[in-house]
Amino acid sequence: MAQEYKLILKHADAPGYTPDIECYLRHGGYATLRKALALTPKNLADGKTLSAPEQIREEVKVSGLRGRGGAGFSCGLKWSFVDRKSGKPIYLICNADESEPGTFKDRQIMHKDPHQLVEGMILSCFANDVHLAYIYIRGEMVEGAKILNQALKEARAKGFLGKNISGSGYDLEMHVHRGAGAYICGEETGLIESLEGKRPYPRIKPPYFPAVLGLWMCPTIVNNVETLCNVKHIVEMGGAAFAQLGTPNNTGTRIVSLSGHVQRPGYYEIEIGKATIGELIHDPKFGGGLRPGRTLKAVIPGGSSAKVFKAGEKFKLKKKDAEGKEILVETDMLDLPYDFDSLAAAGSMSGSSAIIVMDDSTDIVEALANISEFYAHESCGQCTPCREGSLWMSKTLHRLTHGEGRAGDADYLVKIADNIPGGRTICAFGEACSWPVQSFVAKFKDEFVAKGAADEARRAQQAAAPAGQKPLAAAHH
Amino acid sequence: MSTAALTETKSAPPVEKIKVKVDGREIEVPKTMPDPISGKPVPTTMIQACEIAKQEVPHYCYHPKLPVVGNCRMCLVEYGTPALGPDRKPVFNPDGTPKIAKSPRPAISCATPISPGMEIYTSTPGVKQMREGVLESLLINHPLDCTICDQAGECKLQEYSVDHGQSASRFVEAKVHKPKAVDLGPRIMLDAERCILCTRCIRFTKDIAGDDALGIINRGSFNTIATFPGMPFDNNYTLNTVDLCPVGALTSKDFRFKMRVWFLKETKSLCTSCGTGCNTVIGSREEKIQRYTPRENDAVNGPWMCDAGRLNYKWIGRDDRLKNVLVRGQKSTWTAALTEISEKLKNAPAGSVAIIASARQTNEELWLLSKLKAKLGAVSDSIARSGAEDKLLVSEDKNPNTNGARLTGICYTEMGINLVKIADGIAQGKIKTLIVFGENIIQRAVSNEKLRERETISEVVDEHGITAELLAKLDALIVSDILPNETTRLAHYLLPGCAHAEKRGTFTNVNGRVQKFMKAVEAPGDARAEWEFLHDLVFQVTGQNGFATMEGLFNTMAADVPAFKGLAWASLGDTGVTVEI
Repeated sequence: MAQEYKLILKHADAPGYTPDIECYLRHGGYATLRKALALTPKNLADGKTLSAPEQIREEVKVSGLRGRGGAGFSCGLKWSFVDRKSGKPIYLICNADESEPGTFKDRQIMHKDPHQLVEGMILSCFANDVHLAYIYIRGEMVEGAKILNQALKEARAKGFLGKNISGSGYDLEMHVHRGAGAYICGEETGLIESLEGKRPYPRIKPPYFPAVLGLWMCPTIVNNVETLCNVKHIVEMGGAAFAQLGTPNNTGTRIVSLSGHVQRPGYYEIEIGKATIGELIHDPKFGGGLRPGRTLKAVIPGGSSAKVFKAGEKFKLKKKDAEGKEILVETDMLDLPYDFDSLAAAGSMSGSSAIIVMDDSTDIVEALANISEFYAHESCGQCTPCREGSLWMSKTLHRLTHGEGRAGDADYLVKIADNIPGGRTICAFGEACSWPVQSFVAKFKDEFVAKGAADEARRAQQAAAPAGQKPLAAAHH
Repeated sequence: MSTAALTETKSAPPVEKIKVKVDGREIEVPKTMPDPISGKPVPTTMIQACEIAKQEVPHYCYHPKLPVVGNCRMCLVEYGTPALGPDRKPVFNPDGTPKIAKSPRPAISCATPISPGMEIYTSTPGVKQMREGVLESLLINHPLDCTICDQAGECKLQEYSVDHGQSASRFVEAKVHKPKAVDLGPRIMLDAERCILCTRCIRFTKDIAGDDALGIINRGSFNTIATFPGMPFDNNYTLNTVDLCPVGALTSKDFRFKMRVWFLKETKSLCTSCGTGCNTVIGSREEKIQRYTPRENDAVNGPWMCDAGRLNYKWIGRDDRLKNVLVRGQKSTWTAALTEISEKLKNAPAGSVAIIASARQTNEELWLLSKLKAKLGAVSDSIARSGAEDKLLVSEDKNPNTNGARLTGICYTEMGINLVKIADGIAQGKIKTLIVFGENIIQRAVSNEKLRERETISEVVDEHGITAELLAKLDALIVSDILPNETTRLAHYLLPGCAHAEKRGTFTNVNGRVQKFMKAVEAPGDARAEWEFLHDLVFQVTGQNGFATMEGLFNTMAADVPAFKGLAWASLGDTGVTVEI
């Protein structure tokens, strides 16, 4: 049976656990940092010597840690891209712009256990020869920014930040920077632009890969809050031990944000791939099932930009049989293991690990209209297809949910959406705004067509009615 | 020492070339090309390779002289690179050609560097579909008011819609409405609804003009170009954004609603407002100049010009232009006046004639005057005028042809030092005849047309001793000019001349660039090109002939003036030739 596995959230919700440094130290905080700073160069069998930072980078590589922000990119690989020969300073930025609708995991860490993040960041900075780091926090998280600033103050006072940290000779400064409230600031190059004081227009890649030309055109690492916390545990327990958690290629734990029509919405930390979507929704330890008398209609598995799953949907997943041969196994949506690879294989993604559950009371067209409105509002407007397409889709859905629909709007929506993703835009926002539309319409097309057709029929009836009895036309222009 | 080592030490190695294919055609392109801003070599991009292959890739935000931002997505292309096997070695097709791995995602050709063996596909169904998609997106919220839009006829949205767009619109929603007729600055009007947000204007004013005046406000489809509140878009280069704007969003207050661009006759010309000599195109219709626009010349002005120069055309069409030949105030004819003047000059004792020419005249005119000077043993000079310079284009020298006056021997390197001599000669009664071309020698400071109240572009003319009282002592004051002034009013012989837009000729700019300009409009009344009547005069006074056409005149001058040796009218081309000065 699937269980919660509290690695990152080990202490956060424990009674009496407070976000101050004294409490963190009482629970063994900063011991890992002290240990890491005291690491001595290690001689390898092939005659090479690994410095302390290189050893940490190696552990992170061995751990198989994948980014917890949304893309699930290998953290070790990301760090390996950093241009260490440019002679320019290397920066590390913690992406705390948690903005994907449905996601509320990073804020648990920041609010309840900020020093875990700070320690993870110091370790990551030490591992990458970084001497200046930023925590870019979402503008709306006023409380989080206060807590983090307090944490930095405390860490500085205890000598974990500043010059010559714990007598190691290593210097690091860290600042909290608040965004001004834009979803696109969570895109790493948009975040960098914003941190530089500019409009957060994501940068073109090539040439502006953050690992080479990031903040102030210097090599820069941008990692998610949860990812950086994991670094602390990897250093503490060793990369190989960390890799034992979860499933192969999907190592460690993830904090899942569960919301929507479940009995127990909330955040649950699990070993990756050790619980299925169905377990997360129905198990009493997690979602506790739907509301009484309701049936499941749809699940968005990885934040609102992920492609939706329809209840009862089946996927053919590659598995190895008893003899180790690869076979295709038909898997129900609810039986999908909640990990990076299975969800990708099923055509969606685990994204920011936010599961949004919709039962049969949901008007699916309304749900998409809501999502679309969000993305139309948050498109930065830099690239033509996304700028114009996101609002176009939202306007169409607004019309469709306000009695002005057409039966053909379903196909019309998909055609608009098809012009946006797949490399047609600078950043992945093009995908974020078009994937919901493509998947909702593909999987619930009859509902879109029916709504539009009903509107058409009503309008035809109104047009045919004698002049005197004509009801007032819908006032939605 | 090997030969390879020898050649290496001799000179910097040439830029390495690499082979790529554009739509199946193999071409060789330099591996790097200079960055538009820093000039440093940067990897050649797909769009540059396509340009070398003469394969047009439609684009909006990309401009060869501006930083690349890649936002319009119009230049998306498909591409492939040589496939590598598991051993990282190239894989070959059965016929021996390298196997190409086609990229699953398109790339913006403006920002993607080329690599050896790359294949770029610019006209596949996928690329066409992406262009259709971008154009559809650009058009859904565009007002489609081409019938009243000044850009119509030179609009990239129109052109690409015809070439790459779809004929029908699927859009049934309400359009986004944005501010219209926004007064962005003293010379620029913005229609935010027409704007396609390519940000060329923002990048130009920030990175080229050095004035970070424009930006984008709002978000998504509501994005709008704007200035900082209360800070008008007002530098001396704002009108370049009108040229850069691919649509009718930014329009020139001076030109908007004046003329359909397809009615304009376009003439290659030069700006005469300073010594830089920016290359221009004069847009005219029915003998009236409607606008100047810059003409690209990387040796001089790139694709830009300053606002002051661009708007400095209105004087040419002024009503009070000199239109008549006047002899002692009475209307005369060219034949009568020139005959009388040449008789006078022929009989003038050596040293009794002085010439004050203008460094606004052409090389040919100045050279003809130098022939008169030689024959008459005359003292000559010209009038220097100077003003503020800037870092981009504007020169401190406010004459367009200072070097022409020097090279033809009209003045010394230090222009104006002979003026004292001329003043003294008149005062002492030695100089009896004064020939003045294009200069109001009584005036000292000239205020140009005002760009804006707080920054009047003024030109300072050096102090000299020639006054109206002195001029009254002369037997003959022969003046040629374009507009009336105190000097023309005192003239005994007044010969109406032409603006540069009304004739052909060449100027030599501050860096020695000899550039030619063509005739755009007819001169008013009896006004004649100075080189034409100077040719008549020189023939009558000196007997020299053989240069009755501009081509012949230029070539004769080039043979005579050492600095111009080897030049020919035909070899100047559209962008000129630099000579030693």
